[in-house]
Amino acid sequence: MPYDPSDPLKDRITDIGPRYYKEFVPPVIEKNYGKWLYHDILEPGVLVHVSETGDEVYTVRVGGCRLMSVEHIREICDIADKHCGGYVRFTTRNNIEFMVDGKDKLKPLVDDLKSRKFPAGSNKFPIGGTGAGVTNIVHTQGWAHCHTPAIDASGVVKAVMDGVYDDFGSMRLPAPVRISLACCLNMCGAVHCSDIAILGIHRKPPMIDSEWIDKLCELPLAIAACPTAAIKPAKTASGLKALEVNADRCMFCGNCYTMCAAMPLADDVGSGVAILVGGKLSNRMSKPKFSKVVIPFIPNEPPRWPTTVEAVKNILDVYAKDAKKYERLGDWAARIGWERFFEKTNLPFSHHLIDDYRFAYTTWRQSTQAKF
Amino acid sequence: MGKHKTPMLDELEKGPWPSFVSDIKQQAEKGKQVLKEAPDDLLGVLELSFEDRVTHWKHGGIVGVFGYGGGIIGRYCDQPQKFPGVAHFHTVRVNQPASKFYTTKFLRSMCDLWESHGSGLTNMHGSTGDLVLLGTTTDHLEPLFFDMTHEMNQDLGGSGSNLRTPACCLGRARCQFACYDTQEACYQMTMEYQDELHRPAFPYKFKFKFDGCPNGCVASIARSDMSVIGLWRDNIRIDQAAVKAYVGGELKPNAGAHASRDWGKFDINKEVINLCPTGCMAWDGSKLDINDKECVKCMHCLNTMPRALRIGVDTGAAVLFGAKAPILEGAQMSTLTVPFMKVEAPFEELKELIEKVWDWWMEEGKNRERLGELIQRKSWQEFLRVIEKDPDPRMVDEPRSNPYIFWKEEEVEGGWTRDINAYREKHPR
Ligand code: HEM
Ligand code: HEM
Ligand code: SF4
Ligand code: SF4
Ligand code: SF4
Ligand code: SF4
Repeated sequence: MPYDPSDPLKDRITDIGPRYYKEFVPPVIEKNYGKWLYHDILEPGVLVHVSETGDEVYTVRVGGCRLMSVEHIREICDIADKHCGGYVRFTTRNNIEFMVDGKDKLKPLVDDLKSRKFPAGSNKFPIGGTGAGVTNIVHTQGWAHCHTPAIDASGVVKAVMDGVYDDFGSMRLPAPVRISLACCLNMCGAVHCSDIAILGIHRKPPMIDSEWIDKLCELPLAIAACPTAAIKPAKTASGLKALEVNADRCMFCGNCYTMCAAMPLADDVGSGVAILVGGKLSNRMSKPKFSKVVIPFIPNEPPRWPTTVEAVKNILDVYAKDAKKYERLGDWAARIGWERFFEKTNLPFSHHLIDDYRFAYTTWRQSTQAKF
Repeated sequence: MGKHKTPMLDELEKGPWPSFVSDIKQQAEKGKQVLKEAPDDLLGVLELSFEDRVTHWKHGGIVGVFGYGGGIIGRYCDQPQKFPGVAHFHTVRVNQPASKFYTTKFLRSMCDLWESHGSGLTNMHGSTGDLVLLGTTTDHLEPLFFDMTHEMNQDLGGSGSNLRTPACCLGRARCQFACYDTQEACYQMTMEYQDELHRPAFPYKFKFKFDGCPNGCVASIARSDMSVIGLWRDNIRIDQAAVKAYVGGELKPNAGAHASRDWGKFDINKEVINLCPTGCMAWDGSKLDINDKECVKCMHCLNTMPRALRIGVDTGAAVLFGAKAPILEGAQMSTLTVPFMKVEAPFEELKELIEKVWDWWMEEGKNRERLGELIQRKSWQEFLRVIEKDPDPRMVDEPRSNPYIFWKEEEVEGGWTRDINAYREKHPR
């Protein structure tokens, strides 16, 4: 029975959750679940996992666009049907993994993946994203779908991935480099622990749509939303209730706009990119770390954000040349010292980079240890 | 030729990385989506944003399916006349299967379902983990939900002030480091808390994430209010012959993760023994020794010599609480709360713990206050009292350096009530 709009609650099914994952794993995974002994990366993007039963599974990891059409998903299904018994997997970083249970099935799969291109020339399924390289950029919605972004997401990601493409398909770096992008300070992608984070920031306080604000918003909620208490009640010349922003206290977070549509803050020149580096979230050798702001602002440069792309490539290249094997970007910067980081990457150090928010003091240097 | 001219977006069809612009164009041309104009108009409005360098999306009103408070994000375009196909463009979050394995049968029926009720565009996947269906109108929501539950046996994910769709790493499905069954834990916890997931009753969002080991492939320590991270308590299992094979060069270190560059011959002292953060390893030229009591399970040696070293057999997980992105009080990572717990189906101990935490947070938390912020406001001590755990030096990097201790009256001999007159008898004014 199809949905009956006159009786929406008829036969309603709710609270059934996701499908059980074991329905969706290929037989070789089902059989060896929990029995894996070790893995090897045979070449960039191609892994073998070996089980204590002697079984092997070969995985080919390919980059994907997070923003994906059902036409493209169907093509992924065609490939999985042809080579992988009808199973496929997506990773946490928007990659796609095709798995086969024998080495002989690997080459036809790899050849097939490499042969597929969009009409305008880009690869549909670039192979890589393993080991000491760059994997896909986790990112958020940007201008394709969200109301608060300071930058686009998919466009910047495409431009940066084109720029670091060789490092997606190779493993020449000292350690893995995770790049992430979030298009506003909300950081839906939680980019705050990435080796390189591309973050959208605003630099102009919200405008107040004074004639409308009382009709469109709950004023007390907008006031309460501001983390720095920068918003206070006001009256318009015509006597309407409105709000006022103390611009000096505004840190351009956009929380007020999330609460109240009459306080837009995005701006063609005010909004743009900040670059943070040196975060990590594995516990390998050193503890997880936050990323730190090293470039406070780069203007939005659609369609290909050349300054942002160059900034990422520069940091990546200097790191690749200078760091020791196994050293994550943040561990390298900590070892050489941040004064050296700015010197080697040729980035200016400005007052914007010194913390003056809460707990700022914890990042100031209380020591005479310094390099010259 | 598409409906709109998109000279700027067309620049993003160049270059080797897959082009989402080319992909949306192919959907516009070939797709059978019921919202015929949606892919074209999405390109149109995106092109306009590229020109203006500002988004053209407005706030979502409250949209959803009957009986659920989450799962759908409302979205409207601020240029509906120019781009009618995306005038209303709501997002549907679909709860992904644990660790995102799919059959093509399921994916194909999802594609068909989405073409008959929406734009034909998706996010595979959103950053929390959901399979995201991107863009439909309000009238399609109920039929979509009906067909998804009836024909695909599949439910929505979370949004708003509720439990967000839980996520886990690949775990035992294909990884030798998984210290517990992350997928089963994720699935069972998701099923147990369906009500919390669909009907927002929390002060703000709440996330669980399940990492099988301290490598942290789903980033739980950075982005979940409760992070469950696999650990073992006993000894790393060593295959001495395989260690020798690494030293001798017969096995590739790091499973080949550094293969595109010549880093020289593998040097076990330089690359493993001396990089162990606790200095608890020794190599005498023929035998590897690990003082497991001092090991902090950082994973470095196991990652470097995966064929020689295996996690222990007394496995479980650490539970950490309180991570969040910077809004409002600044970014926080999760704090180690239960250093080790057995994590096995039916996950009773974990459920008891989380329910205590939720009761407290729902009672004490302010509107839009994440758990990590509440713990800071109320103190770690208060949090421990709520979850009935004893303090443990593993919860801190170091003891406090200020002596401003909030003593409790009952901790001080004789209490706080004293007689000023008795004092004055000995100490005249
Ligand atoms: C104050 C904090 C936050 C606010 C106000 C916020 C707001 C939003 C909004 C408005 C959207 C809708 C975007 C769209 O139109 O599709 C969204 C999407 C999303 N948010 Fe957040 N967000 C916040 C923090 C976070 C964090 C910390 C995470 C994850 C760790 C997160 C995960 C997501 C995910 C997964 C989506 C779905 C689309 C995507 O992946 O980008 N959000 N958020
Ligand atoms: C040799 C050591 C490691 C092994 C064997 C390993 C194994 C894996 C596996 C099997 C996956 C796929 C799991 C999934 O997508 O859910 C994965 C993905 C991932 N790992 Fe690791 N991991 C290792 C080290 C690390 C380290 C040190 C980090 C540091 C942050 C890390 C972060 C990640 C991330 C973010 C992903 C998602 C990547 C993607 O989806 O493309 N891993 N890892
Ligand atoms: S990071 Fe900000 S702008 Fe981007 S999707 Fe999330 S809330 Fe929207
Ligand atoms: S942008 Fe943030 S800091 Fe500025 S007024 Fe709005 S809520 Fe306050
Ligand atoms: S978190 Fe650990 S167990 Fe899980 S996939 Fe990553 S390496 Fe494997
Ligand atoms: S896991 Fe880390 S701490 Fe433990 S022995 Fe190995 S390198 Fe040392």
